[in-house]
Amino acid sequence: MSGLMWFAIVIVAIMVGGYIFRLAGQKITGNAPMFRDMSFGVAFGYVLAAALLVWAVYYYFQPTVTEAGTPNAGVVFFKWAVHGFVIAAIAAYLFRLLGRFVGTAGSRKLFRSMPLTASFGILVILIYAIVAVFAGVIAPYGQSEILGAANVLAGGDLASGGDPAYPLGTDQIGRDILSRLIYGAQNTVGIAFITTCLAFFIGGSLGFLAATLQGWLDQLLSRSVDVLMAIPSLIFALLLMTIASVWSAKLGVPLTIFMVLIIAMIDSTRVYRLARAVGLNIVVMDYIEAAKLRGEGLGYLVFKEILPNAMAPLLAEFGLRFCFVFLTIAALSFLGVGIQPPLADWGTMVRDLGPFINFAAFIPTAAVTPLLAAGAIALLTVAVNFVVDWMLHKTSGLKE
Amino acid sequence: MSELLTIKGLKIEGRSDEAWNPIINGCDLSLKKGEVLGLIGESGAGKSTIGLAAMGYTRDGVRISEGSVVFDGIDLVKASASVKRALLGKRIAYVAQSAAASFNPAHKIMDQHTEAPVQHGVSSRADSVADGIELYRKLRLPNPEEIGFRYPHQVSGGQLQRAMTAMAMSCRPDLIIFDEPTTALDVTTQIEVLASIRQIVEEFNTAAIYITHDLAVVAQMADRIKVMLRGDEVEEADTRTMLSAPQKEYTKSLWAVREFKRPEKPPVAAGSVPVVSVRNITAAYGTTDVLHDVSFDIHAGRTVAVVGESGSGKSTAARCITGLLPPRMGEISFVGEVLPADYRKRSKGQLRQAQMIYQMADTALNPRKTIGQIIGRPVQFYMGLTGAKKRARVDELLDQIELDPAQYYNRLPSELSGGQKQRIGIARALAAEPKFIICDEVTSALDQLVAEGILRLLANLQDKLGLSYMFITHDLATVKSIADEVVVMKNGKVVEQGPKTEMFTPPHHAYTDLLLSSVPEMDPDWLTNLLKERGVDNIGDAAVDKM
Repeated sequence: MSGLMWFAIVIVAIMVGGYIFRLAGQKITGNAPMFRDMSFGVAFGYVLAAALLVWAVYYYFQPTVTEAGTPNAGVVFFKWAVHGFVIAAIAAYLFRLLGRFVGTAGSRKLFRSMPLTASFGILVILIYAIVAVFAGVIAPYGQSEILGAANVLAGGDLASGGDPAYPLGTDQIGRDILSRLIYGAQNTVGIAFITTCLAFFIGGSLGFLAATLQGWLDQLLSRSVDVLMAIPSLIFALLLMTIASVWSAKLGVPLTIFMVLIIAMIDSTRVYRLARAVGLNIVVMDYIEAAKLRGEGLGYLVFKEILPNAMAPLLAEFGLRFCFVFLTIAALSFLGVGIQPPLADWGTMVRDLGPFINFAAFIPTAAVTPLLAAGAIALLTVAVNFVVDWMLHKTSGLKE
Repeated sequence: MSELLTIKGLKIEGRSDEAWNPIINGCDLSLKKGEVLGLIGESGAGKSTIGLAAMGYTRDGVRISEGSVVFDGIDLVKASASVKRALLGKRIAYVAQSAAASFNPAHKIMDQHTEAPVQHGVSSRADSVADGIELYRKLRLPNPEEIGFRYPHQVSGGQLQRAMTAMAMSCRPDLIIFDEPTTALDVTTQIEVLASIRQIVEEFNTAAIYITHDLAVVAQMADRIKVMLRGDEVEEADTRTMLSAPQKEYTKSLWAVREFKRPEKPPVAAGSVPVVSVRNITAAYGTTDVLHDVSFDIHAGRTVAVVGESGSGKSTAARCITGLLPPRMGEISFVGEVLPADYRKRSKGQLRQAQMIYQMADTALNPRKTIGQIIGRPVQFYMGLTGAKKRARVDELLDQIELDPAQYYNRLPSELSGGQKQRIGIARALAAEPKFIICDEVTSALDQLVAEGILRLLANLQDKLGLSYMFITHDLATVKSIADEVVVMKNGKVVEQGPKTEMFTPPHHAYTDLLLSSVPEMDPDWLTNLLKERGVDNIGDAAVDKM
């Protein structure tokens, strides 16, 4: 109850602050348009933002250890988050600066107009790509190599249960977490990328075909897709994976291939819908009519006339879809039917190391292990969306 | 009488490419109560921007950088949002170009009509409904008691535009800004709207700014005319002075546009085979016939203009010829040879011979392809030219449409002006080396000066290459300047057809007569005389319905 009261008091205080802020602004600047036409909501927002900033600075400088000697986990994690944010911002800034002076004239021009979020996204994707390609070279140990000690904590500090040989610690059966994270990039990201491309190839071409030809083909494809979409996707995937696990044993084909095909098929229904909707808007354009009247074939119509104009929405969808596929794979692995051990996979790692999160309040470094895998997933998702947003902004020709 | 609206030294800037660029470089204007000022100029001249600025409003990304807009003693540039809120809708009203896009389709017309008076506390809802019906009656809308209770889509375009004028009058404002209110309408409908606007402005002694690019329209409406060019004021004078003795070169060139005429051609030799012959075509969308027994011929080197209001079946006839809509009955032959009805069954050679130029150059050119690719594709597709030969042919075509190849080859359509885009559309049609081109309203989306350039280009190309045109248009001024023969269509039927001179000299068919007399002329007394001649209740729609 008192918590709710405190909340109400803070809100009222900020409201009063907003009112005073606007009034003061009007008086001091002599009714400048900015303050004169400012709505109360905007003034409230300014004061709220200022209050949050003050609180964040105050919280950042709280001691990391309580008087009783236990670590103050909230402050520790908040500090890590702030450090991570600042480092990411600086890295993105430097990367953009580098891009402005290195490379071809075209790429330099691209970097000059790039927002910081996009350069951060590109940097992250680049790092992921390099890590995934050179995983074997970078990783200190093999992904399934079982080393001596199990459950070594992160931090590499012997006094608090770490080991300098394993900077991020080891898992429950003694495999190096850093190595598994690195191999995880190869497995999870690589498979997700292939799956998304496949989903786009199938869904995109069928969608455009349906939009161009219409008639019975459109009806057939669209109704089939409706049927597939009516089944909850994760449950559907689980069901098919169960069937596939029998087949894979019988045929001797790795289960991962089946997983790629199954997820691609399920996700291609979403891509189909989008491609068809976008395609329908494009096929009514006069330039399509002109091409038809010229006598152009179907392939030219779809790939040369329609596809370039559907690029912007498809790219946006690609970014989102990639993240969804990625999360589906992680979820399947988490449930035990996805990427199979001993292959390293971030979803599996979150599942296996999850219980450690319970120790966060006592030993913050112990909770880091599952968070690292989850963080790797989150970071890539955010990075991909930053880049896609920027590309959309560019291709749609939007101005601020 | 004192000034109602005074604009002084108005400068407006727009934000693009990270910088503020001038849109209006200083504009002065004043308006007395009950006076109508016509604002004319090409697109991009800043007419609409001034119209909006007269309400103290700018679009997103646009700002008023200098100057003042004083309405009845209040400077709208400096006024606060709440002061403006009290004025707009109540004392200053706005009528937009497209009423269909400006009415909210989810609410009935009357609900939108009464919103402003009720919001501003001018009258109660019941009073303003009664007033609305009265206004609808004054504007001669059919069923004035009932029409307000329909949704916008249940009312025709011309009626909706009049309903919007009524809505602007709902608070009896002192000033109305009309932004191209009749540009999207047919000539016969346009007259009605013009007549209603003029009547209501006179009756309530309302001042108005009338924005348009059509000189003949502005001549009917305005007391004074102001000519704009790219954000600069060219000149301003009384309507009669301006029409009879324009001072500046630019104004004179605007006035001269309507004088472009092609020399008459000798009659077609008897027995010659027409390039395109349309025989007794009946076509349907679904089960509804939209074309009834249409026949006409197009001879080599001739231009046949197909005229009619929207919905008359002009474009449908073109779709039948191209094969997009196979006719239910009748046949189309090309130099004596009967063409398959469906374009998919036609050979590449048959498709090549008939090309099409579209009304909206924006949607007719693929926005993701460069000019070189757009024109190069038919060159490669039909002629089989590639590499340097293809480039040479594209350059030649660009020369023909009077655009510099070096400069335009690698551009995207979005980097061209409206007129240039239309030229690219022409080049793409020419690339197929056709005998026959269908021009579907090719000039109606363009400014008069630009449109004239396109018409001259088409005429030159016809003389040089011996092309035949089917020219679909609703603009009779265009017909007068370019056509050899005219086909008048109404409700899917050919009403009258024949050589141009015959068609433009009486006696006409009654419908042709209505069309011809509805084309605005530069004479400022034209509308008054016409209305007198037709009788008050016999304008536009009403006149059409009687036939």
